[in-house]
Amino acid sequence: MVLVKIIIILGVILLVVAYLTYLERKVIAHLQVRIGPMRVGWHGLLQPIADGLKLLVKEDIIPEKADKWVFILSPIICLVPAFVVYAVIPFSQHFYLANINIGILYIISISALGVYGIVLAGWSSNSKYALLGGFRSAAQMISYEIFLGFSIIGPLMLAGSLNTLKIVEAQSGVWFIIYQPLAFALYLIAGIAETNRIPFDLPEAETELVAGFHTEYSGMKFAFFFLAEYANMMVVSSMAVILFLGGWKGPFLPGIVWFAIKVGAFLFLFIWLRGTLPRYRYDQLMRIGWKIMFPLCLLNIALTGIIYYLFL
Amino acid sequence: MINLSLLTPEIIVLITALIVLILDLLPWRGRKVLLATVGVLGTVGALLITMGQWDLREEAFYGMVAIDNFSVYFKALFLIICTLTILLSINYITRGGIDLGEYYSLVLLATFGYMFMASGTDLITIFLALEILSLAVYILAGFMRHSPKSNESAFKYFLLGAFSSAFLLYGIANIYGVVGNTNLKDIAQYLSQEAALKNPLFLAGMGLLLVGFGFKVAIVPFHMWTPDVYEGSPTTVTAFMAVGTKAASFAAFLRVFFYTLEPLKGQWVPVLWLLAAVTIIFGNTVAIYQKNIKRMLAYSAIAHAGYILVAMVAGNDLGSSSILYYLLVYSLMNLGAFGVVIIVEKKEEENLTISDYRGLAYKHPMLSAAMSLFLLSLAGIPPTGGFVGKFYIFSAAVSGGYVGLAIIGVLGSAIALYYYLRIIVYMYMYDPEKEFLDGPVPFFSAAALVITAIGTILLGITPARILELAHYSISYLGH
Amino acid sequence: MHQIFFWGFALLAVFSALMVITRRNVVHSALFLISTFFWVAAIYILLEAELLAAIQILVYAGAIMVLIVFTILLIHVEETKIINPWQRQRPIAILLGVFLLGEIFLILSRALFPESIAGTALQQVAQEGNTEAVGKLLYTKYLFPFEVASILLLAAMIGAIVMAKREIEK
Repeated sequence: MVLVKIIIILGVILLVVAYLTYLERKVIAHLQVRIGPMRVGWHGLLQPIADGLKLLVKEDIIPEKADKWVFILSPIICLVPAFVVYAVIPFSQHFYLANINIGILYIISISALGVYGIVLAGWSSNSKYALLGGFRSAAQMISYEIFLGFSIIGPLMLAGSLNTLKIVEAQSGVWFIIYQPLAFALYLIAGIAETNRIPFDLPEAETELVAGFHTEYSGMKFAFFFLAEYANMMVVSSMAVILFLGGWKGPFLPGIVWFAIKVGAFLFLFIWLRGTLPRYRYDQLMRIGWKIMFPLCLLNIALTGIIYYLFL
Repeated sequence: MINLSLLTPEIIVLITALIVLILDLLPWRGRKVLLATVGVLGTVGALLITMGQWDLREEAFYGMVAIDNFSVYFKALFLIICTLTILLSINYITRGGIDLGEYYSLVLLATFGYMFMASGTDLITIFLALEILSLAVYILAGFMRHSPKSNESAFKYFLLGAFSSAFLLYGIANIYGVVGNTNLKDIAQYLSQEAALKNPLFLAGMGLLLVGFGFKVAIVPFHMWTPDVYEGSPTTVTAFMAVGTKAASFAAFLRVFFYTLEPLKGQWVPVLWLLAAVTIIFGNTVAIYQKNIKRMLAYSAIAHAGYILVAMVAGNDLGSSSILYYLLVYSLMNLGAFGVVIIVEKKEEENLTISDYRGLAYKHPMLSAAMSLFLLSLAGIPPTGGFVGKFYIFSAAVSGGYVGLAIIGVLGSAIALYYYLRIIVYMYMYDPEKEFLDGPVPFFSAAALVITAIGTILLGITPARILELAHYSISYLGH
Repeated sequence: MHQIFFWGFALLAVFSALMVITRRNVVHSALFLISTFFWVAAIYILLEAELLAAIQILVYAGAIMVLIVFTILLIHVEETKIINPWQRQRPIAILLGVFLLGEIFLILSRALFPESIAGTALQQVAQEGNTEAVGKLLYTKYLFPFEVASILLLAAMIGAIVMAKREIEK
């Protein structure tokens, strides 16, 4: 039974991730008054499948000077955590894989491992661009992971639990976004940075670093990084929905539909931002993180604690 | 039961450390003296409050910290050491080009760690205190970043210190594994069962604790780091750790072994007997061959740890109170001796070999007189505190039935006489070849020397009062 | 079932630990160290200490090791230069190692563990859950070490800043 669930969830996620690439291309195209992919299928609907097939049969190149084992391992290290975390995400009241007490902590600690994939990919390629991209990404992800963790302490204090199901149940009345607007904003910024999306996509800034840490990758290994990035986007969105937007809760429609709608809105926001904003400079990124976001996170925790103690 | 107010002295030291950090931001050239002044005021304030805690016998933070006479005695000692170190440092760190505000802050933080070494009644508290003081002292040891020797010293100290912490921690883990608690009281209660005394895991834990403490107090064979670290560190830091870290580690060592592990005496006394004998013989013998005065004092510090072990082995009333007495005397006379080294030392490690002291008496008679006093006290010659301390220790050993150990101790002291007197010979029997100091003796350093000299003499002439205090401190351990 | 998992995880942890100290490439050593932390975390889960397991991964694998890997890559020490760090001490080292290992086994086989400890801890966890139990202990009985640890970190921070600071200009 659990195995069937795992297969269903993995299949759906893979499919969604594949179509997310399509959605991204389509949405950005329309934002920029283009039309995007049109050739494969109706309005290019089969494009992701064609892309996938292409990547599968492409020649897989391992650079001569690369550290072979680590080179092969890195995309896997990147991909696995991105998918494993779905184990504790409740898609609806009854549809989830595991109900564990430390759900949120589990998500944070597992997704913290993705950074190894990136930094080791950069190192093992034995290429300057890749190494620089790996470094940037490691520094960025370590910094923003801290803010990501700190920004969710507010809602966790209100929920009084780390269990994802209980957190959603605690929002039966009012969603936490009402109580925790600051935390929500901080979480969103940290989440975008954590997934290396524009405006924080410095690790793969193509003008400076060719393609960043995955410069030397091709074929299926390259596809793994791609899949991981989109899967991580979905994780960040799902966590935002669980922590701030009441998870599966909503009127009339079944829970799973509400969950999909909310996550979809976030994914659209991610793409929208990419179509709109320019990229930050590296020093700006670090300054925003440590000098603005970090104090705000602490302030939010302190305020939440004081207000919780006084009024609730 | 939190009882935060009982920790006022520690909190004052901590806040002083933070204030010093902040005051260092003042854009004012003379601020370094201000920092030292604030540091001294803070420690003296804490010292006064600590003295007011005599006979309080309270516990704080759910039995994690005890305010008993034992901890009050040691805390007062650490605060005195801290004050004297700051006084000695003011001029030295300016000369050495290391007058960062963080220096005083780290000295104060280390003192904060020392204080909890004495008052911690839980192995976790003791471990954390040890880590705080170690971290602060590692940094202080490497404070002269432009000097390769200082770097070497910090690095060696850090690596070996981390290694020894691992021993201590492993010992704590073993003990926790069999007792299920890290509180000294609970461990003592566990040991009241007959079967517990033969539990090999517990004994292994005790052995590892012994190794961990042995590293920190620098007894043979865990002394390897001492000479290099003492030689390379800035001399003020050497003085600070030679007395402070040693006394603090002995404080925790005593509390754990004298109070909690008392029922296992039969197991650890023979080991300490052997360690004491080896430490005294080795420390004193190797000290003879040293040319650098800091290295010589390092080996002498090792030997002195051996004398204290003798008193621990004796374990009777006189023995245990003489440990506390001796640690006070040792701190004063060692700080004094290092104080003279600090004053005479010049930049680029000049004036650090023993032959550099040639003819010091003809240029600086007061300084040489003070140095002679401290060296005679270290050698154990009346009427100094060092003599009385050694006298108490050896008579405790004899009355405890450890005549052999007492003889080894006396023989060791006789060897020590040679290398201490050698410096006095150099100072008085040769003609001076050069100028020693660039100017007059700096005021603050002189003040520190006067305090230590008076202390050393007073302890030699009227020891009874302090010995009584020491007695009250240790006999109420755990009550 | 429990036993099989335990031995599996334990063997993997020991194997990874051995690889850490035998690899010549420092990056590989670091990777195996991460894997060691993982298997240890897995054993924590077997012991129903899931909070500890999560924190183990978050703190050690997720934070400390990232910094270590980062530093290794920054200062380029991938290959250790020393060919034989043992000099001629290898036989003595092996002998001592075997002796110590034997001693540890002997001690463990004869050690007396009180049965009550494990029981009480599990009861507490069963009543209120892992996180609550740890949280309560941290803020009551272990409040003091918890707070003092922050001063330890402060000292480390000051130290790091001092070491990294530029030289004083004359």
